[in-house]
Amino acid sequence: MAELVDSFYQSVPSFDESQPPALSPEERSRLLAAFYPDYRPEGKATLKVGANKGMVVPQELANILESRSRIPAPRSLPDQPDHDVDILVIGGGGAGITAALFASMEGRSVLLATKLRVGDSNTIMAEGGIQAALGEGDSPVEHFRDTFRGGHGENDAALLSVLVGEGPEMVEWLVSRGILFDRDMQGGLSLRKGGGTSRPRLISAKDYTGLELVRVLKEDLMNAPVEILEFSPAVELVSGPDGSCAGAVLYDLDSRKNVYVKARTVILSTGGAGRLHLGGFATSNHFGATADGLTMAYRMGLPLVHPESFQFHPTGVIFPSEMAGMLITEAVRGAGARMYNRHGRRFVNELETRDVVASAIIRECAEGRGVETPSGDRGVFLDLVAIDRDSGEGTVAKRFPNIVKLMNRHHVDPTKRPILVYPTLHYQNGGVKADARTRTSIFGLLVAGEVSGGLHGTNRLMGNSLLELFVFGRRAALEAVALSRDRPTFSWKETTLSHIDRFESELVKAFPKQDLPIAPVLFPDYRRKDA
Amino acid sequence: METQENETGPMVRVSINGREYSVPQGSTMVQAMWYTGHEVIHGIGCLGGVCGACATVYRMEGDFRLRNALACQTLVAEGMSFSMLDSYPIQRAHYDVAALTDPKEELFTFYPESATCRNCNACTEVCPQGIDVRDAVWRANFGDFKAVADLTMSCVMCGLCVSRCIAEMAPHEIALYARRAYGAKELPFPPNLRQRLDEIHSGAFSGELKRLEGLSSAELKKECEVKS
Repeated sequence: MAELVDSFYQSVPSFDESQPPALSPEERSRLLAAFYPDYRPEGKATLKVGANKGMVVPQELANILESRSRIPAPRSLPDQPDHDVDILVIGGGGAGITAALFASMEGRSVLLATKLRVGDSNTIMAEGGIQAALGEGDSPVEHFRDTFRGGHGENDAALLSVLVGEGPEMVEWLVSRGILFDRDMQGGLSLRKGGGTSRPRLISAKDYTGLELVRVLKEDLMNAPVEILEFSPAVELVSGPDGSCAGAVLYDLDSRKNVYVKARTVILSTGGAGRLHLGGFATSNHFGATADGLTMAYRMGLPLVHPESFQFHPTGVIFPSEMAGMLITEAVRGAGARMYNRHGRRFVNELETRDVVASAIIRECAEGRGVETPSGDRGVFLDLVAIDRDSGEGTVAKRFPNIVKLMNRHHVDPTKRPILVYPTLHYQNGGVKADARTRTSIFGLLVAGEVSGGLHGTNRLMGNSLLELFVFGRRAALEAVALSRDRPTFSWKETTLSHIDRFESELVKAFPKQDLPIAPVLFPDYRRKDA
Repeated sequence: METQENETGPMVRVSINGREYSVPQGSTMVQAMWYTGHEVIHGIGCLGGVCGACATVYRMEGDFRLRNALACQTLVAEGMSFSMLDSYPIQRAHYDVAALTDPKEELFTFYPESATCRNCNACTEVCPQGIDVRDAVWRANFGDFKAVADLTMSCVMCGLCVSRCIAEMAPHEIALYARRAYGAKELPFPPNLRQRLDEIHSGAFSGELKRLEGLSSAELKKECEVKS
């Protein structure tokens, strides 16, 4: 493979250092409308069933929302549940781990169920950092403004105010657990620049931020009084008295049996949707990111906010092809990395918001200024060499050791060669609607993390998703503790799966002749079809 | 891409869990398993080389050496024979990092085996991340937790070091302990975070945040329109 890489890099153009064109607000809007996948008409479907009926969403998302249950009709629950707990946390990523940890401190019984192992999530893959307004001349107010502007003013202001206001306290908690963020000369937390922000505000652990967070918090979770079920994704929620949520049905991936959980409160923290490969895009997401939480919540009647909005991260690796989709953190652009088209010209300010940068890359490739790979894909060059030139030899190796290691494994030394990139499906901007206390419109059901929606508007700024996990993971825990204490006692006999029957009868009316897919899909299937 | 549809390209002969297959050149080990119809659930996570789920042991034909790799990051080659080590049993210390009083001594309470390293260097040789694991264990024993942190920051907790350790310790868990103790107990609390927390607790921003929250969507858009 080394020969293939070497021969590809023989035709790199020389790079023209002139400034890229500056964009007016109108030009930005036009660029987005013309090239950003959210705003393109192709590959979309209008929802015919459920709380978001009439909305236009990606076809792949419609397929899992307007889907049949994995539990075939007629549906009934066993006489007794397998587990009976105060709080059930569904999902073992950053939000789920945080929620379970805080809930367990209050003496409630907590069960955490997750699809793969605890920590297998998008959180662990986060490279760049967490936004925390710690700089001089910065404040939670500036953080609010930047996020609201970056989210195109579609953000839920109440959620955003909580995020920026409580963020620094959550960083304090992380530091106290022994998480090693990069420090500056005074021993303070180093602050880096991210796209779309007015101040340097990213704290990070080199480019291993998510890994460092998960390693530490997972150890705490394993040592906490929390019952953990791994390889046990939830496949349905369970209905309780008066349309409330009363637990979930899990699916044990090894025994292939359903596991029934009665819970006084359920925290849904199932993460994102990247493995649905919307629009055929590669993804930076982990193997289990199939939007199961959206499927289950939608089936129960919950509305989604901005279900049409996804983040295509501008810089996913596109060559060598076995690495397709892998993320190169935005922090490299904050540090001075530049992008060039096949003519060696810069074509957009690298620190525009993610959606604008992604659109510009898609435009370059669509209009013939992309670089073709041996397998026929197209991308643009992301050049990290400039970082070492500007900030001194060794800066890339010191600040981005993970990128250097991963790329070198595939014969691309990013301190010498530009990386070929193309947008990769990265984040679900919208999700299940909830209030600042993480409550949904269904009693007993809370949401936290990527599965929730509203906070980021229609474009998320770098570093706000990690912060969200901790701020709202903790809030969900506190709400769940109170709710599970105060909720009137109910019996398992009062629980049903009737919401699924109701939803499926709607489906039959809307799609009388169609054989609809089954969801949650749990995993993408990359196996050769005739294997 | 994750899918490997190209039937016409060159193929290589590999053995997966003891069975021989022909798979496309340029596939990762995980892609080769998909290509041959394996449903990979244990042993898969991020597919991006950081979660440590896909620790794998392999040999090349004609070579006695036993090698290790992360299956999502490693390309197959002619004559490769591999099996995944989905999970390696370990013993994890039960401790609360905030409650440590003498972390350097307490290392030997939680991980007494740490002091029994016989310097064979097998852990370092096996590490898919290229960490000098043996050195990190010794630095931990000598109480130089900062050095452990610098040496092991890229550890993905795959546990391959455990699989080779003749002293039967879990170096990655020992390193995690040392890093956490260093962060929570040795490093001074960040002054810029302290200052901002004090301002937040004194309510310095709550009035302005409340005001922003109370604005209409149109007013907010106007207010936040330009970078200040």
